[in-house]
Amino acid sequence: MQERVKKPQFDVVGTRPVRPDGVDKVTGRAKYGADLKMAGQLVGKVLRSPHAHARIKSIDVSKALALPGVKAVVTAEDFPGQPSEFIPAGEGVVNYRDMTSNVMARAKVLYEGHAVAAVAALNEKTALAALDAIKVEYEVLPHVIDEMEAIKPGAPILHEDMITTGVTPAPTKASNIAKRVEFVLGDAAKGFGEADLIVEREFKTKAVHQGYIEPHACLASASEDGSAELWVTTQGHWVVRAYCAKLLGWEIGKIRVTSSEIGGGFGGKTVVYLEPLALALSKKTRRPVKMVMSREEVFKASGPTSGGTVKVKMGVKKDGRITAAEAEITLQAGAFQGSPVQPACMCAFANYDLENVKVVGYDVVSNRPKVAAYRAPGGPISTYGVESVVDEIAEKLGMCPIELRLKNAAKEGTRAAYGPKFGPVGLIECLEAAKESDHWKAPLGPNQGRGLAAGFWFNIGGETTVSLQLNEDGTLTLMAGTPDIGGLRASLCMMAAEELKMDVSKIRPIIADTSSLGYNFLTGGSRSTFSSGMATVEAARSIVKQACGRAAKLWDIPEEAVTFEDGMIRPAGENAGKHKPMSLSDIAKVAGKTGGAIVGYAAISAQGAAPSFGVHIADTEVDPGTGKVTVTRYTAIQDAGKAIHPSYVEGQYQGGAVQGIGWALNEEYIYGADGKLQNAGFLDYRVPVASDLPMIDTIIIEVPNPRHPYGVRGIGETPIVPPMAAIGASVRRASGVRFFELPMSPPKVLKAMKAAGKA
Amino acid sequence: MAKHHVTTTVNGDPVEYLCESEQTLLDCLRDELDLIGAKEGCSSGDCGACSVLIDGRLVCSCLVLGVEAEGKEVETIEGMAQGDELHPLQRKFLEHAALQCGICTPGVLIAAKALLAKNPDPTETQVRYWLAGNLCRCTGYDKIVRAVMDAAAEMRGA
Ligand code: FES
Ligand code: FES
Repeated sequence: MQERVKKPQFDVVGTRPVRPDGVDKVTGRAKYGADLKMAGQLVGKVLRSPHAHARIKSIDVSKALALPGVKAVVTAEDFPGQPSEFIPAGEGVVNYRDMTSNVMARAKVLYEGHAVAAVAALNEKTALAALDAIKVEYEVLPHVIDEMEAIKPGAPILHEDMITTGVTPAPTKASNIAKRVEFVLGDAAKGFGEADLIVEREFKTKAVHQGYIEPHACLASASEDGSAELWVTTQGHWVVRAYCAKLLGWEIGKIRVTSSEIGGGFGGKTVVYLEPLALALSKKTRRPVKMVMSREEVFKASGPTSGGTVKVKMGVKKDGRITAAEAEITLQAGAFQGSPVQPACMCAFANYDLENVKVVGYDVVSNRPKVAAYRAPGGPISTYGVESVVDEIAEKLGMCPIELRLKNAAKEGTRAAYGPKFGPVGLIECLEAAKESDHWKAPLGPNQGRGLAAGFWFNIGGETTVSLQLNEDGTLTLMAGTPDIGGLRASLCMMAAEELKMDVSKIRPIIADTSSLGYNFLTGGSRSTFSSGMATVEAARSIVKQACGRAAKLWDIPEEAVTFEDGMIRPAGENAGKHKPMSLSDIAKVAGKTGGAIVGYAAISAQGAAPSFGVHIADTEVDPGTGKVTVTRYTAIQDAGKAIHPSYVEGQYQGGAVQGIGWALNEEYIYGADGKLQNAGFLDYRVPVASDLPMIDTIIIEVPNPRHPYGVRGIGETPIVPPMAAIGASVRRASGVRFFELPMSPPKVLKAMKAAGKA
Repeated sequence: MAKHHVTTTVNGDPVEYLCESEQTLLDCLRDELDLIGAKEGCSSGDCGACSVLIDGRLVCSCLVLGVEAEGKEVETIEGMAQGDELHPLQRKFLEHAALQCGICTPGVLIAAKALLAKNPDPTETQVRYWLAGNLCRCTGYDKIVRAVMDAAAEMRGA
């Protein structure tokens, strides 16, 4: 493997200690969203629209309120109207008008499951009876589900004032197309003119759900003095605080949000659904209100990611050099604009070093739940199309798919079609590792095939605060503010321990609430180990500096004459005098007498996030009798920059790969002609189970990110980008048929094989 | 209707609770006994997050009524460790990093314990099929399967 930066040796970073929050999680002690109880708490429930599209003519809550045990009802009237404005938020934007209309329908319901009212009652039974007693008069409107139907002239319009942006001149009539985006590099027409071979294909993917096992849940308690507390399962409690404050018109500083342990998010817990309702109900009743979604509600009313239509055209020379690439990407936004079409466009050709690229994207609303982020939002959809075409080109040229990619791979200095030039990146290293892997060379059995695909994700940094306290006995308490979903606390403690040259078990971490720490943007964009890690290192270095200062005071020498080496504070050199070295513990014991508590605090906006590339190899076996596709072997290779805790990096690769396998083979939102979701449960929306899968092998590549103290890149999202195309390519070789639509479920595969005379 | 009075044993302790006819065992454990280790992921028997043992048999507690626990022995995740001593499965899950978010973990551990009681030397395929009722969305199951196999080996003294 080529090394771009000399790898330093670390004592703690790169090892595999047991995570600090682990014991609580294997003993059932860890508290998740639904696990907190408060004295006198009420149960909150949501009344949801049975229609895909309807005008709300009236809502009569009087009968519900009259039921014994029903304490309050809220509807859209309880939430102030918001202006339509787009506010940047991490990898996307939010619009408070849409957000408030999504948490509680105004004037129209736009999808089955759209919230219409919420009640708080003494117990669940009474709350459900209250929902039954609320009378809503609807005028049912025609609906549209599919994104390509939604853009046709004459389709039912969801928002009468939606004028497509990004088009000149601006259209004069409303449509379901919220915006058009375009990214251009060079001259695609010229590039196609130079091509020896052009492949053009259209792909279709279905909406899929993040499928976190823990449903949305929260417990709100609003006091008479205007302050409020909220316990919630979320990827970002500062973000929840800001959204709730805005939607309710409350002061930010009066709301204290604590993030519970979080039972999976994958992007889906970056938005609010129940939280503002629970706070509003608690304010009305002056009692704590607990709300938990059912699984059906999770499917019907919380964000899946977009399904979409992706057209890809690529031209190559006979020698495999890509001369031009074009894509048109149309994504479902759900009922309100904001599909991840922009990142989908930006990711589409990011794997390649190209001169001529044109990508156009459309953000389309239809009568589905508003999409939420899902692991590398948009990336898997466009990459599925592009990588499938690259595979077909390899086949048509008779080239090895790895060689074709190596010939065109993005590298340091490559200008991406969306603007920036890449710094050091590890795609070539991943491809080389794939080529050298046992997996790539292993023989295949009958009806088996092997496919490969590459993937990319940007990753982000952003606002991050960490506090590190040196306790009186020399132990440390670390407070971070990015919720820990899969080992973050372990990684942060390891970086702190590395800096302070101490035993990692001496550092106890917590995820602090919004009143205990400065602002933290959410855990998303694969930013938490990168950003909170950067802040942790800064906080640890501040502790060292303060400790040296205290020693200087004790020794009565200048601060510059004190140094921290091998975990001890020492006089720096002969001139500093002879003083017995002190440990951090020694300093901690005398902190009170030398100036007070020693606390390292870092409030940063983390810059320098670096992209992570990955390459996946999939073997599948296709049953010609049933069309069932079984993954028989799988390898995920990815550049981590630096793996702080390799087990949790491997875990991200494996988990992302398996979500991708589900997306490729089983998962899809299925709608009836009535616009209603037909598979809102885990029985019919089938996520992969243990018996569906082989072991998922991993290879961690480390091309350090020069802008992070330990070389960390974000790694959580990239692993879901390559699987669909890798499996598609593998199924092509196993079955002889190339598929252009997901999921490749048994009936579809069998039908296609029969049509091709292969079954 | 008046509530039912149920007398049962949970993790070796005699307990009593009052419950409605339609209240599930999962709700009774969580709401009446404050044992929050069993989780509700679906309430339809599809995710396994609510797994507990009744008289040694693996069940989804969301599909069992609270009244059905009368006179039975119920075992939940809270009863798995013995004092300071973690069960080998719990230890191996930590060593192998077999959990990320951890919401599925109590159910997976209970299910794995039931498997090893029946079959101390399962093959990888047997582990995968036994755990097919326990959804994990985070790990892709690789490390879970390895941890169960490793715990089984240790418990056999292999
Ligand atoms: S909650 Fe019981 S199986 Fe999902
Ligand atoms: S660790 Fe998150 S669902 Fe299994």
